[in-house]
Amino acid sequence: MLRILHQIFRTGIVTEPLPAETGAAIQEIGAKLEDVIRRRFRRSLTIRAVDAGSCNGCELEIHAINNPIYNCERFGIHFTASPRFADMLLVTGPVSRNMEIALRRTYNATPNPKLVVAVGDCGCNGGIFGEGYASLGGVDKIIPVNIKIQGCPPTPVAILQGILKAIL
Amino acid sequence: MTLRETIISAPGIDASPDENQCPSNVPAYIVSREQFRDAARMMKTADARLVAEWATDESHYSSLPLPSGEREGVRGRGFGIYACYARDNEYLIVKTYTPIEDPTFPSITKKFAPAHRFERQMNSLMGVIPTGHPDLRPWIRHEDWPEDAYPLRKSFDASKPMQRVKGEYNFIKAEGEGVYEIPVGPVHAGIIEPGHFRFQAVGEDILNLEERLGYVHKGIEKRFESLSWTEGVKLAGRVSGDSTVAHSLCYCRALEAMTGCNPPERVLWLRALMLERERIANHLGDIGAIANDAAFAFLLYQFSRLREMLLRINLKLFGHRFMMDRIIPGGVIIDINSDGKNEILAEMNWLLKEFERLVVIYDENPSLEDRVRDTGILKPETAKELCVVGFTARASGRNLDCRIQNPFPPYDKIIPKVPVLNSGDVHARAWVRIEETRESIRIIREILNNLPDGQIAEPDLKSQASCPQPHRAGFAVVEGWRGEIVYWLQSDAKGEINRCMVRDPSSVNWLALEQAIHGNIVPDFPLCNKSFNQSYSGHDL
Ligand code: SF4
Repeated sequence: MLRILHQIFRTGIVTEPLPAETGAAIQEIGAKLEDVIRRRFRRSLTIRAVDAGSCNGCELEIHAINNPIYNCERFGIHFTASPRFADMLLVTGPVSRNMEIALRRTYNATPNPKLVVAVGDCGCNGGIFGEGYASLGGVDKIIPVNIKIQGCPPTPVAILQGILKAIL
Repeated sequence: MTLRETIISAPGIDASPDENQCPSNVPAYIVSREQFRDAARMMKTADARLVAEWATDESHYSSLPLPSGEREGVRGRGFGIYACYARDNEYLIVKTYTPIEDPTFPSITKKFAPAHRFERQMNSLMGVIPTGHPDLRPWIRHEDWPEDAYPLRKSFDASKPMQRVKGEYNFIKAEGEGVYEIPVGPVHAGIIEPGHFRFQAVGEDILNLEERLGYVHKGIEKRFESLSWTEGVKLAGRVSGDSTVAHSLCYCRALEAMTGCNPPERVLWLRALMLERERIANHLGDIGAIANDAAFAFLLYQFSRLREMLLRINLKLFGHRFMMDRIIPGGVIIDINSDGKNEILAEMNWLLKEFERLVVIYDENPSLEDRVRDTGILKPETAKELCVVGFTARASGRNLDCRIQNPFPPYDKIIPKVPVLNSGDVHARAWVRIEETRESIRIIREILNNLPDGQIAEPDLKSQASCPQPHRAGFAVVEGWRGEIVYWLQSDAKGEINRCMVRDPSSVNWLALEQAIHGNIVPDFPLCNKSFNQSYSGHDL
């Protein structure tokens, strides 16, 4: 136990003022994110992540926005296990044919009003997998999309920016 | 006796070498269709493991002479059926043909357990029929695909969407008093890939687990066939995003084997540097996630902090957080100068210190220990039977690591010391990864301290590496962080991609989860699953 406490004190708070490397402009976005979430989502924006066919690269970066350095919770962003509580769906991957139905169901299970954010080049337009018998292309081919976040995978900063854009 | 000698000298098996198979230390032998199972029996007796089994459509290869003794009058060669075996440092491919009009071949499932799924997959995607297979329910293919849709056949038009038809998947049933069923997925609670799990349970105890995958099938193998060799490496880097370095490396090595291209030592060492960085990043993330699934979130945050630092240096020095698209046929696109070298060495010093502190906390926490020990045991016998690979195998007594058994520079000089444990539980899988992290740090230091001089991407080599001869096949294995990745590439009459077979470690290791879960309780499933952390995308392709 002492070791744990020691490690906690030693580490301190590593959360960055969002995020140092891209400078003041982003700090502003972080503040905005917090502000909008406070006003429009009563301090908590609840997100359900759906992998509709990704290679798992995008998932890793969505994980990263939860790590202590980006720490998206401080802006009021939470990930939920059920679409029933979600304000937003964060959808990755080209939509695979075998996930199409599950994606539609998840969308329908999410209460209105809802936002959909497509994450990654694949989510935007199918990426390298394109459109064919098994990959149906971008998320907007299947459900309405509000915002697209490009990148393969998009960086954690880009994901946070995209989320902000969607709720502004 | 080597596997090669075994197959050549086997009584009743008439094996002729396939001269088109590269590299020369991974030979392929052609046998008649009837002898395909006999060959499997010989391999089983010789204590080999089944690495992969796959099919090709070679029906349009009509201009080639038929191998001796094969059926005359068949259009082209029909379908090629391949099985790859390995023992110690030897790999061997056994190949046969089956005609279009009667695409059957003898199943080898009764000899090798992993063939069970390989053959279901071949049946589902290529439409070849393994006779004697006990369970030909579709695999990866879902029940609502049209009946005659076999995407890997050349006659299949992959550019069009497929109709949905009515169909049902028959899950295995268990009956009895108090037995109930829990369906989970494909959309899971966490931020993870989709798949379906079906449990039969009594109270909290799991009687049976059945996996149902294929949800993220994107048609990757078929997609390769429409790409050029240089585009192909990008796709390989997206088979499983967490292993992008290992997959693109394996693709390049198979292609380089086909083209006889030998990249300079510096290139090989830089590739290994990236491979070890990828291993560390994933191990860090997963050790934390395992602790988190045992309700010890502290370690998740601590380990994910270390992981993030590593990814940032990746971005700074390699230009991408996961080092995607850094490896190309014949070379790499990024070099490390002396500042970069010093930065990584300093990073490794910092990382090792931080890491060791956390390991002590992991090791000395009794409530964590209680959850991870004796949970999700994969017995060494079962691991052997299922031919599992990677850290999963090493946690269950199997000393397998292709950095050692099939090394390329620098692993011939910097030999990894791999930990092997026997308990096969969640703890063993986590602990093997802890020791591997230490070892990768050591390897990275050695690589940087001895990095040979030279070019990183000579134009000649790049073009050589992307132009194989027609009708060649190339094979390569790379030890990614999950384990042995296998690529087998085949060029067509024009020298373009005819087939690209991808075998992620998950394709065999998924079988192990079903076995390891027996006798565990439902609430421990996420923990067990996390301790294997298999790829869905790499499996579903
Ligand atoms: S955008 Fe890139 S990382 Fe994301 S799913 Fe597609 S290939 Fe993978």
